[in-house]
Amino acid sequence: MTVAQTLNPNRASQSVERRATRDGFGEGLVLAGEADSQVVVLAADLAGSTRAQAFAERFPDRFVQVGVAEQNLVTVASGLAAAGKRPVAVSYAVFSPGRNWEQIRTTICYNDQPVVLVGSHAGISVGADGATHQALEDLALARVLPNLAVLSPCDAVEARKAIQAALRYPAPVYLRLTRPPTPVITTDQTPFTFGQALVVRPGDDVTIIGTGPVLYEALLAADQLHEQGMSARVLNVHTLKPLDTQTVLAAARETGAIVTVEDHQIVGGLGGAVAEYLAATWPTPLEFVGMQDQFGQSGSPDELAAHFGLTAPDIVHAALRVRRRANRPKGRAA
Amino acid sequence: MTIQELEETANAIRQDVITMLAEAGSGHAAGSLGMADVLAVLYGAILHHQPRRPDWPDRDRLVLSNGHIAPALYATLAQAGYFPKRELLSLRQLGSRLQGHPERTRLPGLETSSGPLGSGLSQAIGMALAARLDGASWRTYCLMSDGEQNEGNTWEAAMLAGRERLDHLIAVVDRNHIQMDGPTEHVMPLEPLGDKYRAFGWHVLEVDGHNHRLLLDAFNTAKTVQAQPALIIAQTVPGRGVSFMERRFAWHGKAPNRAEADAALRELGAFRQPARTSRASR
Repeated sequence: MTVAQTLNPNRASQSVERRATRDGFGEGLVLAGEADSQVVVLAADLAGSTRAQAFAERFPDRFVQVGVAEQNLVTVASGLAAAGKRPVAVSYAVFSPGRNWEQIRTTICYNDQPVVLVGSHAGISVGADGATHQALEDLALARVLPNLAVLSPCDAVEARKAIQAALRYPAPVYLRLTRPPTPVITTDQTPFTFGQALVVRPGDDVTIIGTGPVLYEALLAADQLHEQGMSARVLNVHTLKPLDTQTVLAAARETGAIVTVEDHQIVGGLGGAVAEYLAATWPTPLEFVGMQDQFGQSGSPDELAAHFGLTAPDIVHAALRVRRRANRPKGRAA
Repeated sequence: MTIQELEETANAIRQDVITMLAEAGSGHAAGSLGMADVLAVLYGAILHHQPRRPDWPDRDRLVLSNGHIAPALYATLAQAGYFPKRELLSLRQLGSRLQGHPERTRLPGLETSSGPLGSGLSQAIGMALAARLDGASWRTYCLMSDGEQNEGNTWEAAMLAGRERLDHLIAVVDRNHIQMDGPTEHVMPLEPLGDKYRAFGWHVLEVDGHNHRLLLDAFNTAKTVQAQPALIIAQTVPGRGVSFMERRFAWHGKAPNRAEADAALRELGAFRQPARTSRASR
C-alpha cells in the first residue's frame, strides 16, 4: 500500500473532518504520559489553549505550572531532563522559542538535554489575535540550533503521532502546532517515521513540498494542476530537521521543479531548508509560497491565507511559473 | 576535612586560578578568587559526591549559574579528583575540556553548561523537582552571582521555588558587589536583596563568604530548613587573596599577565610552600 492510499479518502471534499493539530497533540501527550512515567509537562499559563490540560488533569503530580514565565519554562525543563525526566514545555511559538531563544540555545541544545519544546499558535492561521501572536519565525529560530530536531505536523492525527515520536527521540525536539481546526489528511494507518518525508501524492512534472496544515492547500493545488494536465508530486515534510534529503533529492531529480509551501516566513523555514540542500547537491528551480518577509494581521484564517497568498490557487500559479524554468530530467521529452 | 584543610584547599584553588588565567591569557579573575572559599567548603565538606563516579545517581547536584567563574570550579573539581590537575593548564585552549565557560558534555563533574546569566536557578529547580518526584534525598545547590540578580529569569525562578517549597534546594549568591560596568548598587541596586527573597518564600541566611567555620554553619543550617528553599548570601571580596585585585572591578573580566601572576602567587604563598599536588592521588 502506498502512503497516498493510507490518507483520509474524504480529504479533498468540502465535508472533510476538521481538527486542530493542538487537539491531536493533547491526545498524544496523554498517551505518552501513560506509556512513560518519566514524562513531565510544564506550562506557562497556556495549558488550556495548548491542550496540555488533559495531561495536567490526568497526571497532576507530573505537571508544573510556572506562570507567565517562558524563560523559566524551558530552563526548569532543562533541569528536569538533566535529572532523568522527559519534559515537555508548552507555550505559544511566539513566546517559545521566540522570547526564550537563548535559554533554549544554552540550557537545552548546547547542554544536550532531551526536552520537547512545543510552540502552538504558529502561523497566520492564528487569525484574529493578529500579528503579535502569529509566529512566522519559529521554524527558522529552531532550525538554526545545533542538536535540535524540528517537527511540523500537517494535521491532528499526525500531531498525535509526532509528540509520541518526539518523546522517544534521544535529543531535544521542537514541535510546531496550530490553533484552528484544519482538514484531517492522514489516518492512523499513515506511517510516521521521525525524519522521513511522505510522498502523499505521486507525480512527475513538478513537486510541491508542504509542511503543517497548509499541506491541504498543496493537495488541492495538485488536483487543480491535474485538471490542467500537469502531474504534481506532493511531499509532506513533517520533520524539517533532520531534513529527509533522500526524498527531496529524488523529487528534484525526477520532477525538475519544486514549490515549497509553509505558513511561515520564506526565509529560514521549509523553503530555506530545501533551497540550502538543493543548491549544494542538485540545483533546481524553486518557488516559495509563504510569508514574504512581512508580519501578519487580524482576520479569519481563510481571509488571511487568501490575503497573503497561501491558498491552492497561489500554489498552482507558483507551480506553473516554476515549471517553465524546470530542469529537464534525463530521458524525458521537454 | 578540617577547617585548616579546607582553607589550604581554598588557597590551592586560588593559586591554580591565577596560574590557569595567566596561561590562558584571558578569563574572569575576581569572581573566581572570591568564590574559592565557598567552593572549597562545598566540595570538601558539604556535597555528597564521588569524584570517581561523577554520574552517581544519588549525588548532590551543583549548578554553577555564573559560569564565568569556571576557572574556580575547574580548579575545585581537579582538587577533588574529578580529573588530573595538569589538565587545568589547558583552560580556554582549542579542544580543551575546560572551555571558557562550562560545557557539560565535555567534562565529568559538570551538571550543566552555563555562562549566559540568570538561567541556573531554574535548572536547579528542575533538578530539585525531579528529585522530589522520585522521592530521592539528594540536594541541589546553585551558585549565582549578584549581577545576575538583575535578570528576570532569576526572579521567575525565585517565585517558583518559593511556591513549590523546595527545601532540598540551596542557592548561594556571591555578593561581591561588582558587575561588568561597575558597583552593583550603581548599575542596578539590589538591596534589600535578602528581603526580596524572603518575600518570595525563601529562608535567607547571610554569611561572611570567606570564613570557613561560618560557611559550614550556614550550609548545615540551610540543610535543616523545612518547606522552604534556602538562600545563602555570601558576602565576598572580589579578587580575595590578591591585594591588587581585591575590590577592583577592572579585574572582573580580566586575567593577570606573567608579572602580575607571579606577584599574586607570591601573595598566596606559592613560593614559600609549593602548591599542593593533586588530591586525586590520595
